[in-house]
Amino acid sequence: MKLNDSRTINADIGIVWAALLDKNVLQACVPGCTEMSGSADEGFEATVVQKVGPVKATFKGAVALNDRVEPTNLTIKGEGKGGAAGFANGGAVVTLEKVEAGFTQLTYEVEAKVGGKLAQLGSRIIDGFAKKMADEFFSRFQEAVEGPADPAEDAAEAKKPGWFKRMVTS
Amino acid sequence: MPKDNGIGASSKRREDVRFLTGAGRYTDDINIHGQAYAHFVRSDVAHGTINGIDASAAEAMPGVLKVFTATDFEGVGGIPCGWQVTDRHGEPMQEPKHPVLAEGKVRHVGDPIAVVVAESLGQARDAAEALEIDISELPAVMDMKDALTEGAAKVHDDLTSNLCYDWGFVEENREAVDDAINGAHHVTTLELRNNRLVANPMEPRVAVGDYSAADDEHTLYTTSQNPHVIRLLMGAFVLGIPEHKLRVVAPDVGGGFGAKIYHYAEEAFCTFAAKALRRPVKWTSSRSEAFMSDAHGRDHVTKIELAMDEQGKFLAIRTDTHANMGAYLSTFAPSIPTWLHGTLMAGNYTTPLIYVNVKAVFTNTVPVDAYRGAGRPEATFQLERVVDKAAREMGIDPIELRRRNFITEFPYATPVAVEYDTGDYNATMDKLLEISDHSGFEVRAAESKANGKLRGFGIAHYIEACGIAPSNLVGQLGARAGLYESATVRVNATGSISVFTGSHSHGQGHETTFAQVVAEMIGIDEGQVDIVHGDTSKTPMGMGTYGSRSLAVGGSAMVRATEKIINKARKIAAHLMEAAEADIELKDGQFTVAGTDKSVAWGDVTLAAYVPHNYPLEDIEPGLEETAFYDPANFTYPSGAYGCEVEVDPETGKVKVLGFAAADDFGNVVNPMIVEGQVQGGLAQGIGQALLENCAYDQDGQLISASYMDYAMPRADDLPMFTVDHSCVTPCTHNPLGVKGCGEAGAIGSPPALVNAVIDALQRGGHDVKHIDMPLSPDRVWTAMNG
Repeated sequence: MKLNDSRTINADIGIVWAALLDKNVLQACVPGCTEMSGSADEGFEATVVQKVGPVKATFKGAVALNDRVEPTNLTIKGEGKGGAAGFANGGAVVTLEKVEAGFTQLTYEVEAKVGGKLAQLGSRIIDGFAKKMADEFFSRFQEAVEGPADPAEDAAEAKKPGWFKRMVTS
Repeated sequence: MPKDNGIGASSKRREDVRFLTGAGRYTDDINIHGQAYAHFVRSDVAHGTINGIDASAAEAMPGVLKVFTATDFEGVGGIPCGWQVTDRHGEPMQEPKHPVLAEGKVRHVGDPIAVVVAESLGQARDAAEALEIDISELPAVMDMKDALTEGAAKVHDDLTSNLCYDWGFVEENREAVDDAINGAHHVTTLELRNNRLVANPMEPRVAVGDYSAADDEHTLYTTSQNPHVIRLLMGAFVLGIPEHKLRVVAPDVGGGFGAKIYHYAEEAFCTFAAKALRRPVKWTSSRSEAFMSDAHGRDHVTKIELAMDEQGKFLAIRTDTHANMGAYLSTFAPSIPTWLHGTLMAGNYTTPLIYVNVKAVFTNTVPVDAYRGAGRPEATFQLERVVDKAAREMGIDPIELRRRNFITEFPYATPVAVEYDTGDYNATMDKLLEISDHSGFEVRAAESKANGKLRGFGIAHYIEACGIAPSNLVGQLGARAGLYESATVRVNATGSISVFTGSHSHGQGHETTFAQVVAEMIGIDEGQVDIVHGDTSKTPMGMGTYGSRSLAVGGSAMVRATEKIINKARKIAAHLMEAAEADIELKDGQFTVAGTDKSVAWGDVTLAAYVPHNYPLEDIEPGLEETAFYDPANFTYPSGAYGCEVEVDPETGKVKVLGFAAADDFGNVVNPMIVEGQVQGGLAQGIGQALLENCAYDQDGQLISASYMDYAMPRADDLPMFTVDHSCVTPCTHNPLGVKGCGEAGAIGSPPALVNAVIDALQRGGHDVKHIDMPLSPDRVWTAMNG
């Protein structure tokens, strides 16, 4: 399956780019990620616990950041083996574009593929699942960069920057 | 008055008492002291190279006895194929090796790579998670036509291509058929797919292997339709165990539908591992495993052309089929799209010229083999669909068009090599129109229309070849086995009888029907007769149950053996009554001397046979036990007319089956209730294929309909009340019971009737839809209606 989406992030393109390469950001943003090691240059090893329809599994796999053109393009590629549950592979082609000062448009095209028991039991719901995973990843990413998108909080006080933005700008 | 005993009585199925009260003894009920458990590790990619398997971590896990891989099976044969098809050019089919466990490559999702044997099933499963299997995925070969293009990826690297065979039948007629089609008044063409199905017997497959070192004897308990065939294939071709050291037991089996005919890797594995480990080894399939390891059915892509003259008389038929073999050749796979399909292409019609071309193709999918009907449903579906389309194109009523072309004189030799011995197709058609209230259809259609629904009526007339099969004939056609059947009738001293049959019952009710036949012949109560089957150590060499053959072939063997018993018993009775043998009559279990009041009872004669104090020992041996092997002279040809009435909701495309009527000619009927049950079950499966079931793969070869969430089995509320009739009887002319077989008919005749009904409904509703591929899901019907 394939899906596309985009969102505007309230941060400079350089900060968004740096966040995409940050191990701690990735670990925080990959839904169900319990462990992540490695680096952007050498690739990451990740452990992800996820439930796809009726199948709950621990996926061990690799995440690689390829085709990097700083600060505008990269590909996130993940391959996970879930033992008896089968496997799940996925990738996102990410494009960054400066919209105006302090705002960056993040566009992604996601492709996901499952095999084994996941395909046998979960193919019907895999599109929805992949969309949910992608949405969750980029929402968390947006939050990590620009802070929680809570309207009540927005009204009460000036929006606080996200933890990654605070860290890199302080 | 209906009979309450013997042939023609609707005796209640005696086996149902144990099945319905949980007292059946299925293979999974067999647990042997010290048994270990096997868990199969299967490929989750469709096609790939195995780079390496590291079992060290798995073997160190608690309870693990051993992890088996292909290296343990070096020196062991592959799973054999039981039928060799010769292609159009006189060359044998391409026959790849089918290893017990994958060697070097995996070729379908579910292909077994390794087996973990442990003290418990949980331990085996846990250890499987620790198995390191390194596979590089290869492009999956999925589409049959793409698979045959130059440069396509190959399922088997050592074969020249993915083509198993290119079969032409009858090859000599090829040009004549082309000429007839080119010169015809009208040619109707239809392209269709016969959807891939999974058999889904209620009981999944199970195998328990046991080995006795004391006498070097192997025993395999397995969910099989033919234990002797498994013994022969596994003993002689895979494991090299002589038959006298190998016992195969198929106890109560909960449904087969073809999927339990074949010899499977799991059977060979459990037998092999039991000796290797000196422990009984058990494997029980999960439902998920069944979807990806039981042989699938159907999966033909076909183009059929029907040529006619001005009056709609059929002149020629040409069909072109791609038949999916899957990744390996299952036991009888090559015979299904050829001899069980091509020979039926005449149907009930006098078409003088027929040419059938079948290209069998390897793909990265589960092997495909016989499934209820096996080849005959594929033949019937395309023929009865194209006849219906032709009727519409010619402006002739579909019933009338069929009648104009019916074979009416018998015996009838078809242009596709078979000879129908008997039948009356107009009689079954008449009966169908009567029992389906066809004359009232227009009124019902108007009612539906008033309710905003589209009602349609569809008809199909089928023929099938059952009672498989004359051994010398099938031998010429490539079968690597004979297809006779056997029976031993053992009369006990007190007159009760044990019949040992080579047929195998896995739901058909043989224990009841067969007892009725023997009881009728002797004139004793059915309760005096027991049927024993499913154990190679008990029954004579038999070929098992499939192809609606059990009563026609197995029953005939039983009749022959019982005739021998009666002949001998008459000699004993003649001696006891001091009369001439020629004057002895047997009726209602009494031997009498014709024209006198002298008689002896059955029990007196049987006792004399085993206590031969007053006995003609100079003429005959003591004892009363006879065996017969029966090899049929021809196939049997059941036929029937099926009618289906549907209502389509134009808003949603949902099809509701409102009525289904079946008028069958099965020849003589031994147990009408069992016959009706068989027809009803077949109809449910045929309607399941037409409306609901579909085995789907994605383009990467992932099996995406591998649970009951995605594979829609027919349920009671998908089906109407069936109207089933078998009062049209033209007895088979060449077997002693005059029976034809009823097991597959329902699944053969119903899919085209249903699809014809839906097309009729749509056409009546003003939608010019000519064909929809099965299953007719609301999505497909709605899409067809809305272009």
